Amino acid sequence: MATTAVPSRRRTNALRRRNTLLGWSFIAPNFIGFALITMVPIVLLFYMAFTDWNALGTPHWTGLANLERLARNTIFRASVAQTFYYAIPHVILTGAIALGLALLLNQKLRGVAFFRAAAFFPYITSIVAIAIVWNLLFSQDYGPIDAALRFLGVAHPPGWTVSSDWAMPALIIVGTWREMGYYMILFLAGLQTVPSELYEAARVDGASAWNRFWHVTWPLLRPTTFFVTVMLSIQSFKIFDLIQVMTDGGPGTSTYTISFFIYNRTLGTNSTGEFGYASAASLILFVICLVFTILQFIVNQQSDLVKPWWSPLVLVVGLAFFGLAVAAFSLGRPLGLGWVEYLGLFCVCFVFAMGQSVFLRRRADSAGRRQR
Amino acid sequence: MNSPRRGRSIGRIVLYVCLIAFAAFLLVPFFWMIMSSLKRNIDVFSVPVRWIPQVFQWHNYVDIWTQADMATWLKNTIILSVVVTFLQVLTGSFAAYGFARVRFPGRDALFLAYVATIAVPWQAYMIPQFILMTKIHLTGQWLWPIIVLQAFGAFGVFLMKQFFETIPEELSESARLDGLSEYGIWWRIMLPLSGPALASLALLTFVTTWNDYMGPLFYLRDRAYFTIQLGLKTFQADPQGSSLDALLFTGSVLSVLPIAIIFLAGQRFFIEGIATSGLKG
Repeated sequence: MATTAVPSRRRTNALRRRNTLLGWSFIAPNFIGFALITMVPIVLLFYMAFTDWNALGTPHWTGLANLERLARNTIFRASVAQTFYYAIPHVILTGAIALGLALLLNQKLRGVAFFRAAAFFPYITSIVAIAIVWNLLFSQDYGPIDAALRFLGVAHPPGWTVSSDWAMPALIIVGTWREMGYYMILFLAGLQTVPSELYEAARVDGASAWNRFWHVTWPLLRPTTFFVTVMLSIQSFKIFDLIQVMTDGGPGTSTYTISFFIYNRTLGTNSTGEFGYASAASLILFVICLVFTILQFIVNQQSDLVKPWWSPLVLVVGLAFFGLAVAAFSLGRPLGLGWVEYLGLFCVCFVFAMGQSVFLRRRADSAGRRQR
Repeated sequence: MNSPRRGRSIGRIVLYVCLIAFAAFLLVPFFWMIMSSLKRNIDVFSVPVRWIPQVFQWHNYVDIWTQADMATWLKNTIILSVVVTFLQVLTGSFAAYGFARVRFPGRDALFLAYVATIAVPWQAYMIPQFILMTKIHLTGQWLWPIIVLQAFGAFGVFLMKQFFETIPEELSESARLDGLSEYGIWWRIMLPLSGPALASLALLTFVTTWNDYMGPLFYLRDRAYFTIQLGLKTFQADPQGSSLDALLFTGSVLSVLPIAIIFLAGQRFFIEGIATSGLKG
């Protein structure tokens, strides 16, 4: 009997070796390219951020020097502030509109296919063409948007992309216009997973449209909402191409974001070739995205346990958002923010956090149903 | 009493009005793009704002080919999009089979490594990536940097893995008993059954590559290798460009047109592809 055990083990080993070889032979063609263009650079980032790597000469390990320099750099601090200034309204607007659109277009209406296509089309349009046309629409004196505003009685419509106060709102509008169709598709996919029997049951019980939404749709949509919020946050914090093509960081540095700062220091027209320094900024961008992903993950995990609308967790998350936002804003613009703005900011952050928790708090019996 | 019914139909009307207003907001920029492309250069920025050109300047669509390097840009963009799509579909579906159907130690850890990179924004590692590409002397070599950059993304692997896992294992099992190798199963069983997923992947990759602007901006510095996006952007930045305003819009329309056609033809695949993976972008 012992003699048969040895060959069989050998056979298992041989099978395993064969499978490993086979598996790698399938994966290798993609993996070699993927490792080269994605994995190695990510690892390299953690090294470069702590060196004085530049276009010429050999890099030296400089420890935290790059981060210290960044902390003192007013343009970088403004870039961080402006990243938040873009991201927070953009996430809220895009998420809300995408969900609203998905709910509307999930009904049996005439022409639903057309509206879905119309909503999605901006997302697959080239960013350069988008910038060209929106810059015209926004242009001062000649643009139809300002013409419409004047028609509505606004005496001095903003200059949008040529005004340092209005350039960012203009970018937020274009960003929302461009991306809401994409997130609408994700929400629509999530809505498809809600079993229609539940709506029927709710309707039989006499639930109003609002109650059907609040007690059936919303809890069951939780996995999608979570996924959308994470993706949308990352998308917003890394905002770059839209800015590069629409305002090129201007006027002045009023639409610099972290990504734009990185680009400007390394590959932009005014490049200083400081790759190590820019990598430290990249690291900060990476950490911000990571923190938000983890935060949202925690909220999503905890929400089953959180019963009331008001909960310590909501408070903590709200304060965390507020702290991040205030830190970012006061870094970039030490002046100019009165207590009204701080209060407004606090409310936005708090509503944001509460919205997340309230949404996620409802335990859905079948919320575990994974959205593919 | 038909008041509930009337209430519902009024609701319907309000709904449609909202949707139509919304569709207008979404589509007005495209309308404006097309109209501007048919104006005279001096009429693009005019006071008062003119929605429809006085005389349609159809010759703009002829002039653009001589006034700009449109032919070169288009050629480069088509080459890039086709090659990248081919490679992405091929290597993506091939690797997906390894992840979905072959069991070997370390497979799940490897897949996790793929997943983990999704949360890392490209903007965070574009600099090390650029350095690496320069070190291995890919930068400045024809269109290679963009091909390498776009063709080996994790996206194809995800999408195809998701789809392969829905195909019943019994099919491959019986093929295996008939003596087909694993490669044969991939080629003769899995791929023919994955039509919709392959179409989604191909269309999304094609469109992404066609629209890619940041990649070419970083890596394609030679004017001979400009893509249509890069070309349009430099056309816009051209100091003489101010006299070619309308042509800029003509170029924009030409760059969006192929994508619009592809989208209208394969809308279903776009939406399914995004709904199943949700990862593109």
